[in-house]
Amino acid sequence: ASTSSSASAQSPLSTLYSSYVDSTPKKLKVIDAFLVFLMLSGIIQFVYCALITNFPFNSFIAGFASTVGQFVLAASLRIQANPENGQTFPKVSPERIELIG
Amino acid sequence: MSTSSKARMTGPFSDESGIGFETWKNEKNWRAHGQPTCCRAAHSRLSLRPYHLFHLPSTTIDVQTTSDDCTLRRYLEQDLSPIMSAATSTKGAGAGAGASTRAAYRLPTLSAEANKNVLSLLRLIIIFLIAGAAVSSRLFAVVRHESIIHEFDPWFNFRATKVLTTDGFYRFWNWFDATAWYPLGRAAGGTAYPGLMVTSGAIYNLFHSLNIPVDIRNICVLLAPAFSGLTAWATYMFTAAMKDDAAGLLAAAFIGIAPGYISRSVAGSYDNEAIAIFLLMMTFYLWIKALKDGSALWGVATALFYFYMVAAWGGYVFITNMIPLHVLVLILMGRFSSRLYVSYSSFYAVGTLASMQVPFVGFQPVRTSEHMAALGVFGLLQLVAFVELVRSHVPSKQFKLLLVGFVVLVATLAFGALVALTYAGYVAPWTGRFYSLWDTAYAKKHIPIIASVSEHQPPAWPAFFFDLEMLIFLFPVGVFLLFKELRDEHVFVIIYAVMASYFAGVMVRLMLTLTPVVCVSAAIAMSTLLQTYLDPKEPTPLEGRADADDDSVAKSTRSTTRKAAEVASTPKENTVAGSDSEISRPASPVFGASSFSSSKFGVFGLDSRFFVTIYSLLLLLVFVLHCTFVTSTAYSSPSVVLASRNADGSQHIIDDFREAYYWLRQNTASDAKVMSWWDYGYQISGMADRPTLVDNNTWNNTHIATVGKAMCSSEEKSYPILRKHDVDYVLIIFGGLLGFSGDDINKYLWMIRIAQGVWPDEVREADYFTPRGEYKIDDGASKTMKDSLLYKMSYYRFNDLFGGRPGMDRVRQTQGPTKSPELEYLDEAFTSENWIVRIYEVKKPDALGRDLPGVKGFEGGKRRKRAFALPATKGK
Repeated sequence: ASTSSSASAQSPLSTLYSSYVDSTPKKLKVIDAFLVFLMLSGIIQFVYCALITNFPFNSFIAGFASTVGQFVLAASLRIQANPENGQTFPKVSPERIELIG
Repeated sequence: MSTSSKARMTGPFSDESGIGFETWKNEKNWRAHGQPTCCRAAHSRLSLRPYHLFHLPSTTIDVQTTSDDCTLRRYLEQDLSPIMSAATSTKGAGAGAGASTRAAYRLPTLSAEANKNVLSLLRLIIIFLIAGAAVSSRLFAVVRHESIIHEFDPWFNFRATKVLTTDGFYRFWNWFDATAWYPLGRAAGGTAYPGLMVTSGAIYNLFHSLNIPVDIRNICVLLAPAFSGLTAWATYMFTAAMKDDAAGLLAAAFIGIAPGYISRSVAGSYDNEAIAIFLLMMTFYLWIKALKDGSALWGVATALFYFYMVAAWGGYVFITNMIPLHVLVLILMGRFSSRLYVSYSSFYAVGTLASMQVPFVGFQPVRTSEHMAALGVFGLLQLVAFVELVRSHVPSKQFKLLLVGFVVLVATLAFGALVALTYAGYVAPWTGRFYSLWDTAYAKKHIPIIASVSEHQPPAWPAFFFDLEMLIFLFPVGVFLLFKELRDEHVFVIIYAVMASYFAGVMVRLMLTLTPVVCVSAAIAMSTLLQTYLDPKEPTPLEGRADADDDSVAKSTRSTTRKAAEVASTPKENTVAGSDSEISRPASPVFGASSFSSSKFGVFGLDSRFFVTIYSLLLLLVFVLHCTFVTSTAYSSPSVVLASRNADGSQHIIDDFREAYYWLRQNTASDAKVMSWWDYGYQISGMADRPTLVDNNTWNNTHIATVGKAMCSSEEKSYPILRKHDVDYVLIIFGGLLGFSGDDINKYLWMIRIAQGVWPDEVREADYFTPRGEYKIDDGASKTMKDSLLYKMSYYRFNDLFGGRPGMDRVRQTQGPTKSPELEYLDEAFTSENWIVRIYEVKKPDALGRDLPGVKGFEGGKRRKRAFALPATKGK
């Protein structure tokens, strides 16, 4: 989704990329990879539903919603474990940040 | 800041270090902001709020970081520590130099632990007393009459609960009720909210596993009072999260006895609202908690209680729209934070999936307009969070602008797509019941069955005063006080107040959702008032003017008050002179006493304290009296039995309903179909245990219109309808003899309107009025009216009671018809003692093929013709 926002300028995109690669801890990158996987999985399911059939609609909802739910929960973990957000989350134990960040 | 940190280490109650009032202020400041003042500048860089607009420091991020235990502790420190330090200070109050030590009165000094223990003991006692008051004020109907289910809807819930407890959960889940909506039946397991039944079923099983064999009826009757105690507790928690424990206890006391809530939760009112308000407050409390901590765990807990709420009450749509609205407003205020993302995303992802497990809800959360706000805000939140992430990596200012533009563009596109999908039919538009909340004339025009329910009418002003008494005056004050501080959770209460006020203004029934927020808001206002006036701290004279004020301090308090007005006119000097105190003063306005205590404003002397306190106490006492009076007189009548007073004051019970229903139960075949207006459907199937054509679950408007048509047509036209639907008995309510105003003649116009909506050619409302447009029942009534089935059934043999003269209808306050109507297709089967319930038997077709009026003429008025071999199973 970042490509659409940076259609006008090329240099900010490379800045973004290099900044991300440089400043993100490795464990957060692992979460990010998982997030990308979940997003791809959700997109495939949605495309299947849109193009072929939504017949067992509850099955589609189950698969798609669990992908979305897992995505937001993993994203929440990423936010909480991000050392930059330490002050935003007073209740998050340092153990969790140690574990991930 | 050295003294501040030192105070933190030694604790606020130790006086060995000689910490004075200034230190206490620093301490409090640190507590309120979650970190020392010096760190605030560095910290504020991280937050994204426009300070120039709201003048708020970063308190929204850091407040209330402590647990509930610590909330109490902080409360204790705020209110008691200055007094205690004043009491033990060596400088003393008399010196006048140490202005902070002046107090209007002394409080007993206790150690910190003793204080804490006393406070938690008091809190526990108060909560239990409130729960006791909440339960016992709901027992009027049970004590006066008997332990019985009231009203109409609860009778279905009761019957479903009996199915659950006797047949088991799975039979209940798949329960097909073949006796309701006679030819059609009703898949009751999939068309009811099962939360209430499952709750009482669980309680039933718990009691029986403990060898306490309680009847399921008693559990159903007493469920609402029991849950009202829990509601008081949940309201306490919610309000304590908004302000402090004192406000929480007041709110709990308010909602424990507020008539607006009692009206739907007296003992015997076994309706969904009985547990729904508890779940509503619990969900809101957990949401606030999740938002404060940014905790996914509490977000999921919110979702689980939301699931329980969805299973319990159709009003869950209120939550589905309130929480997203809160999130949206926070985003628009520039208060987006990662905590918002975590709490809402976890709530929505789990809550939506969970809510779809209720069969009655099904795919609605992804298919209907009522749920689209939650989905839209969820999508918007993902966008905003993503853009925040990108923004943290990109320095360019123009690029940031581009990102914001990206969010706005995508949000607009998504909204447009939603509108397009709604128009294309993929997303269902608002249902009539919800749509009528926005277009208040909609129901009356298009869906008369919604408009016909009395509790769907807009309330008058007296209803607000009647249900909420003085709380309605304190309500706006509380909202104003919340505006003054405006933390993230306060925004929630403000939105809730606005929305609930509007909805309660549109529909009487929604007074129920207004009551909790009124209690919360009024409690905040009242506790602020009391804390301001109970605070023994006297205002501090200015440092620079200390010499001038020294004398006046020693003088009487009245002169001091006058001096304070003078001092108040020179505020600039203070801010310039006291730069030290300027730093330590809380930058944000804080509630009540604490916001005034550090300045020259405040309450002087004991007399003003005394008067305001006594007056508030008086208001509270009158509130209790009012609530008890209203509950006792207005909301505690079982409606199944009608109570009246004899001249000597003794009670006279009119029990016609149960008399008639039990007659049906014992004297008719078990599969005899009873036709009545839909109001009585649940009661007939609950008490008489007979199949009905229509009931209070008004899911099939055409079927109801069929009954309405049968009621308002002439006998010749009604008889085929009755025969086609296998109707054996027709039951009507007639209050003309006793003056019972809720009878079928008064509901007649709605029957006509509903029938007219389906058969406009055959039923016309205008036919039932006189040429002058009057709705009459005496001899001046229109011919259609006189011929109609309901009219004939109502006034059949009415004149016999008055010796053949035209009877007096005590509801319409006119005479009945001079000539008693004749019935040719129906037989009177039963009329109750006070003529409230009249039951007619539908005649079988003549065995010789003659039409029934002809048969009647042949018999010459004598109805007995049972010599034929008719299936005379209906033992009369």
